[in-house]
Amino acid sequence: MQISGAQMVIEALIAEGVDTVFGYPGGAIMNVYDEIYKQTSFKHILTRHEQAAVHAAEGYSKASGKVGVAMITSGPGFTNAVTGLADAYMDSIPLVIISGQVPMSLIGTDAFQEIDAVGISRSCTKHNYLVTDARDLARILKEAFYIAASGRPGPVHVDIPKDVTAQIAEFDYSVELDLETYKPHTKGNPRQIKKAMEAIAKARRPLFYLGGGIINSNAAYEVRELVQKTGIPAVETFMARGTLSHDDELLISMLGMHGSYAANMAMSETDLVIGLGARFDDRVTGKLSEFAKNAGVIHVDIDPASISKLVKADYPIVGDVKNIVNEMLESVSLINPSRYSSWRETIRNFDELHPLTYHEDSERIKPQWVIQRVGELLGDSANISTDVGQHQMWAAQFYPFSRPRQWISSGGLGTMGFGFPAAMGVKVASPEKISINFTGDGSILMNCQELMTAVEKKLPVINIILNNNYLGMVRQWQTLFYDKRHSETDLSVQPNFVKLAEAFGGIGYRVTTKEEFDAALKEAVEKNVVTFIDVVVERLENVMPMVPAGGSLFNMMLLEKKERK
Amino acid sequence: MQEENARRVISVIVVNEASVLSRITDLFSGRGYNITSLTVAPIPESRYSRLTIVTSGSIRVIEQITKQLHKLIPVLKVYEHADLVEKEMALVKFPASENITDIASLCAAYNGKIVNVGENVIITMVADEPKRVDNFLKIIMKYNPKEIVRSGAVALER
Repeated sequence: MQISGAQMVIEALIAEGVDTVFGYPGGAIMNVYDEIYKQTSFKHILTRHEQAAVHAAEGYSKASGKVGVAMITSGPGFTNAVTGLADAYMDSIPLVIISGQVPMSLIGTDAFQEIDAVGISRSCTKHNYLVTDARDLARILKEAFYIAASGRPGPVHVDIPKDVTAQIAEFDYSVELDLETYKPHTKGNPRQIKKAMEAIAKARRPLFYLGGGIINSNAAYEVRELVQKTGIPAVETFMARGTLSHDDELLISMLGMHGSYAANMAMSETDLVIGLGARFDDRVTGKLSEFAKNAGVIHVDIDPASISKLVKADYPIVGDVKNIVNEMLESVSLINPSRYSSWRETIRNFDELHPLTYHEDSERIKPQWVIQRVGELLGDSANISTDVGQHQMWAAQFYPFSRPRQWISSGGLGTMGFGFPAAMGVKVASPEKISINFTGDGSILMNCQELMTAVEKKLPVINIILNNNYLGMVRQWQTLFYDKRHSETDLSVQPNFVKLAEAFGGIGYRVTTKEEFDAALKEAVEKNVVTFIDVVVERLENVMPMVPAGGSLFNMMLLEKKERK
Repeated sequence: MQEENARRVISVIVVNEASVLSRITDLFSGRGYNITSLTVAPIPESRYSRLTIVTSGSIRVIEQITKQLHKLIPVLKVYEHADLVEKEMALVKFPASENITDIASLCAAYNGKIVNVGENVIITMVADEPKRVDNFLKIIMKYNPKEIVRSGAVALER
């Protein structure tokens, strides 16, 4: 079939089963947009900023498990998208990002809207391509989708010069992939798995350390079974929220910098860490030399480079966590759950000593209450996105997650402005669920232009702004570590968020009481239009517990104890 | 235990395609690893190139480097050499007024010779183990070398 490069892009997207492309047109990508105009196989969602297009594709991918696709033009279009690429790279989200480039003849001449896009994206993508001949397009796009989704997933960037999208060439998408240099290991070594199971059977205080790789590998339900059958308590990383259900008795909570006391103490006291798809990130481990000091380490991960990168693994197992957990389940009879009953008791005591909670001691609404309240009212019926900061940590701590892919947040890069566009992508992927974005008065102003997209494309994201008139997380660090010098974090000067939402055709509420909040949320769900709920919350609330950066996990700042009324 | 920050030689077989060298060097700079020397040339009759990278680091760092290199899509193989034959070439330019006989016999001791004689300068070549090349370059300093160029090491496993 002789077609243009631009048509090839469309044909490839159709062949890959893409149903939604997020993007923003511009000069160098116009040939492709002309073909988008002519086709009816997938929908295109025009965001109002390229960064938002990539975040929306991320949200879509995280909620659906499919590869997210975004399309942008050269130069500033591409550079605007870089934050999204970096975000997806850090959180292992499979994306294919297609950018336009100036024509081949102009590359290297500092042409209008020219930038060395592959040079920039090299360090924040799993792989990237500059297409120099339309005859390569079928192979490259097919490789891009395969590389993005296989192994440890990640974003792949394909940069296509304008003359290549105009070039007519033969197109055959049935080409066999020949990636001699890329063969991800998916099956774990059976002998290593057996040794690991034997180590678990011998341990006295083993602990599951569940990471985001479980979500990526769609292994949450297998992991639930493994946890149930072994009776071994589990902590989740930030990225793994929803792997176990919030009401699972064996789920302690999240661990790490803002993990619960019980989770961090369990990690400090365990004698065997069973790491599944987690990468021992610094926000999880705290001071490395004190992390799980007396424990052996089983580390299951699809990325060999993650194993023994920070914490030495005694039982390294490279492979897809789903395959490996299934294999572990086959020899689960080796393990006697009653062996760990006193360990479970110890952890219960930790939790009773310092439960994850907060004090209702202020006139204003406590931000944690808002999260809990949404959990009570919407629970499983909502998908939860967040921006970055205090609200994000409170959401991770207090929302009652009940399923994988319910939780969509920027973990590795910590990108303010992620939440709203991601929540739009989530809504596209899973329209039957309510799409909530917990955000702050700082974060929401980054990408609030997406109100326009949400109104136009009828994506009724409910943005709940926990408004403390501060850049709260930085303010918290300044309070704790900079002697209360609140440098440039006071956000007292703000827009009228209600009018801001209304200006775009959305709806807005400003609430100061719990009753008003309930009413606003109820109405927002019923109205099914993009919403801002601006919740006035206690200004100086801190996220607790907290492990100061570089401190040991067991050395937490804790919520002050108060007499219960 | 091997010493911390020991010198290591890593060979990398990569697909010979555009920007592959940048992928390798970006990885080193992005993750804070050092490159002491780097050589690269196509492998005859194949679509691959071979890089020889001399670097330094603890066992842990070298293990990370090899794993991260392997993660790059166009990388076929990564060898971290233990037992190897290693050679490096150096070209040195001397003023023709220096004692050519002395220089010629020194070169011969280091597996080299005079490769070019001009009106004002002579150029010599040696090819030997990198450590011996270091030695050679120390010794010839008294002959007032005008320019020195080293190739970086290449290596093959025994």
